[in-house]
Amino acid sequence: MPESKHIEDRRKSWESGIVKKVTDKNPERKKEFMTGSWIPVERVHLPSITTDTEYSEKLGFPGEYPFTRGVQPTMYRGRFWTMRQYAGFGTAEESNERYKFLMSQGQTGLSIAFDLPTQIGYDSDDPHSEGEVGKVGVAIDTLKDMEILFNGIPLDKVSTSMTINAPAAVLLAMYIAVAEKQGVSRQDINGTIQNDILKEYMARGTYIFPPKPSLRLITNIFEYCAKEVPKWNTISISGYHIREAGSTAVQEVAFTLADGIEYVKTAIKAGMDVDAFADRLSFFFNSHNDLLEEVAKFRAARRVWARIMKEKFHAKSPKSMMLRFHTQTGGSTLTAQQPDNNIVRVAIQTLAAVLGGTQSLHTNSRDEALGLPTEDAVRIALRTQQIVAYESGVTNSIDPLAGSYLVEDLTDKIESEVWKYIDKIEEFGGMVRAIENGFVQKEIQDAAYKYQREVESGERVIMGVNKFTVKQETPKEILTVDPELRNIQIRKIGEVRKTRNSEAVKSYLDELRNGAKHPEVNLMPLILDAVREYATLGEICNVLREEFGEYQESIVL
Amino acid sequence: MIDLAEKVLKGDVRAIARAISWIENNRPEKENLIDALFPHCGNAQVWGITGPPGAGKSTLLDKIIEIERRKQKKVAVIAVDPSSPFSGGAILGDRLRMQSHATDEGVFIRSMASRGHLGGVAQATSDAIKVLDAAGFDLIAIETIGVGQTEIEVVGLSDIVLLVLVPGLGDEIQAMKAGVMEIGDIFIVNKKDRDGALKLRAEIEYVLGIQFADYPEKMKPIVMTAASMNEGIEELLTVTDDYFLKISMNRSLQDKRKTRLKSEIRQIFTQKVSAHVKQKYDFENRLDEWVDAVYKKKKRPYSLINEKINLFLRECNWL
Amino acid sequence: MKKIIRILIAKPGLDGHDRGAKYVARALKDAGYEVIYTGIRQTPEAIVKTAIQEDVDFVGLSLLSGAHNELFPKVARLLREQQADDIIVLGGGVIPDADIPQLKASGIETIFTPGTPITDVIQFIEANRERVSR
Repeated sequence: MPESKHIEDRRKSWESGIVKKVTDKNPERKKEFMTGSWIPVERVHLPSITTDTEYSEKLGFPGEYPFTRGVQPTMYRGRFWTMRQYAGFGTAEESNERYKFLMSQGQTGLSIAFDLPTQIGYDSDDPHSEGEVGKVGVAIDTLKDMEILFNGIPLDKVSTSMTINAPAAVLLAMYIAVAEKQGVSRQDINGTIQNDILKEYMARGTYIFPPKPSLRLITNIFEYCAKEVPKWNTISISGYHIREAGSTAVQEVAFTLADGIEYVKTAIKAGMDVDAFADRLSFFFNSHNDLLEEVAKFRAARRVWARIMKEKFHAKSPKSMMLRFHTQTGGSTLTAQQPDNNIVRVAIQTLAAVLGGTQSLHTNSRDEALGLPTEDAVRIALRTQQIVAYESGVTNSIDPLAGSYLVEDLTDKIESEVWKYIDKIEEFGGMVRAIENGFVQKEIQDAAYKYQREVESGERVIMGVNKFTVKQETPKEILTVDPELRNIQIRKIGEVRKTRNSEAVKSYLDELRNGAKHPEVNLMPLILDAVREYATLGEICNVLREEFGEYQESIVL
Repeated sequence: MIDLAEKVLKGDVRAIARAISWIENNRPEKENLIDALFPHCGNAQVWGITGPPGAGKSTLLDKIIEIERRKQKKVAVIAVDPSSPFSGGAILGDRLRMQSHATDEGVFIRSMASRGHLGGVAQATSDAIKVLDAAGFDLIAIETIGVGQTEIEVVGLSDIVLLVLVPGLGDEIQAMKAGVMEIGDIFIVNKKDRDGALKLRAEIEYVLGIQFADYPEKMKPIVMTAASMNEGIEELLTVTDDYFLKISMNRSLQDKRKTRLKSEIRQIFTQKVSAHVKQKYDFENRLDEWVDAVYKKKKRPYSLINEKINLFLRECNWL
Repeated sequence: MKKIIRILIAKPGLDGHDRGAKYVARALKDAGYEVIYTGIRQTPEAIVKTAIQEDVDFVGLSLLSGAHNELFPKVARLLREQQADDIIVLGGGVIPDADIPQLKASGIETIFTPGTPITDVIQFIEANRERVSR
């Protein structure tokens, strides 16, 4: 390439000429410049894609393999991403009200936050639930709560995302049952369950069962939904929490895609055809402050996944190769100090997600480092998305940062680092082994430790935390959850237990137990039978606990 | 102090924990404490559990505790982990996998860092075993990573050593080379569901087979387990029971304990004598001065020390 | 020789956010303390028994789910009931300022909110060294 050689030569004389002259007198701010995740960044980047072949291999066109530039041919020129604020707290009644408020503000999809007992399969009256009922999300014990939660919300009109993993099958069953009661067929409901257990083991912590039975439950859901709930996204393979736990951008993508590989392998092993379920897989990523690195991350993730599906799993349908993803702005980037600054951070992260081609987005509220978000703060967060969508102009052309020398270089760099991790995890024998071994956790912890050390030393500047600090002003308003809530839930469970058909509950739970003993049985229909009769979440999960055992975390510090 | 010993004998958890701290911190009061407890020792079985990191030792122990508790036995665990050579600090996380027993009154778990202080962790562990023994625990398990000399010393304090190995860590052959094989009484191939488990078993059999070619009756047992799935644990406990019975019958248990006591008495003696002589010469403070003299060739190392010791002995009228 | 201080870092409740707890555990190890780490989902009962068996000088509780008002005071109360309230309890996590006075009144010695540098924690420990050197 004589042309690019020419540019390379010119760069050298530029560096040794006028650059040196300036830096001799005024050194640059730092010796080395790096992205937020420690990828070196040069003074200037130069073109790296110089031929048509390279362009086609690396980028292609939106809606075409390898989907680097986006999964749809028109992207936001067709319609904006789904604005989906994650919400839920307290009782089903309170959350129902919040959902209606959000929809009245122009939100286009629901995203349900469950409290921790629900996420770990404990009823509100379980001793483990002490202090936790209704705290980080809504408490769901029985179908009754779910009916209240969606009261007045037509399930054929909304798409609903549920952040639920270990007991995903139970909550999905409840959702189907509520739809049925509204007269909506399960063929017509659409939404997503997170259903991603592997990242729970490595980063998020709401696991119940060991990997093997957990993967069985996931495959059961894939199979069931392929036939019965065709519009449902059966899994949202999540890097969000991996990043929150302190990983780098590269690790976020690498570990998420490696999780994806494990799920695909498991489903294929169970006898499914890859194209029968792969188009229902969706992803969930974080968006941090380093704008250009984040954009490159999303683009690299799309490219790697497309290659994995095509080359490793021999998917035929382009839909199976498309990495569709939801994004949430980075919770761990929010500061309790000067919380209004968070609005700015969220705006940058929103831009990163949109320039990166997200399919849906949750923007965090400025007060989330302090507690649950207030209605006011949630509105600003939603408005941030709307301003980017309607006012910024970045939505007019697809993948507008393509061709930026830096962004293309970062995309390549992230891709190659991601492949290294994926290969390494394959050497372990897959993600389950790599987790049991503690490898993944250790990698994340080391990055988190390094990050925090940099913050402590002031090397990494966080506005209001280690620079430009002011005496802490106490926030005016914080949303709190009524501590009486647990008692309210306990009363509700009591009422349900009194009025339900206990004989039927018992017999369905017995059937579930029996099914759990036989690995070839799909548990979804059995769980659906049990929830219809108002078996509690805890009762169902306890049956499975007894049969499957419980996972114990693997810590390497 | 006597008060503390009395409380330990009654099984008071706080007192037991405090007594072990005294030992760890090498407080002078620990001597009277140990002496007060000593007559009550000798009833517990002491197991050493060792193996490479990631072998599943803690998980295995967790399941052993579960079964022993069903038999109403009181179980104590001492989990030893290395201290950081840089900061002297440590992260002690072994009890994590045994936390389901945290609230069981019949179970006591203590994490110890190797510290590398006077007498080493082995002596501290040995005294901590006495505290737990006197406090009425039926089974005391000492868990260490089987890598270095310190760890071998620590598990050497036990009546039975369970050596836990797993396929696929790449450590197993090294372990055999390092001589860890010698200290194992019972071999456990954990994670037996994994590829390579049978191969590992065959390798161990081969190595032991050579070792005991002339005494096949002394061949050591090998047990296959999958601790995380609760498989093979009952079988393991049958093997340990048989083994314990065997060594009690042929008196090798008593011999082993006596040997252990011998090295302990020897160590205490050496330590005490050395401490007295050191004190007499204000050793720590004068060491530099002596070194200086030797360094400048004004003194020679053996003559210097002999001179000092002879002086001491003459003063004692021993010479 | 200076006494080696032992600290239990524990996560009560069901919250799985252990990034902060693990960071603190590791940073305290690097500062020369012995840190006992028990992982997530510990009940107050288990935390108290562990603190006593390990004879720690400090217990650091970390919680981000909002259950601190129930769970932190319970740890302090159970320690008192076991006559083990010479063990100093500290708390950390997403804790609104408004909750701090009542937590302190319940027996939590101090609360470290997000953004606290680890040096503050170490200073606190060292300031209390005399108290725990028994």
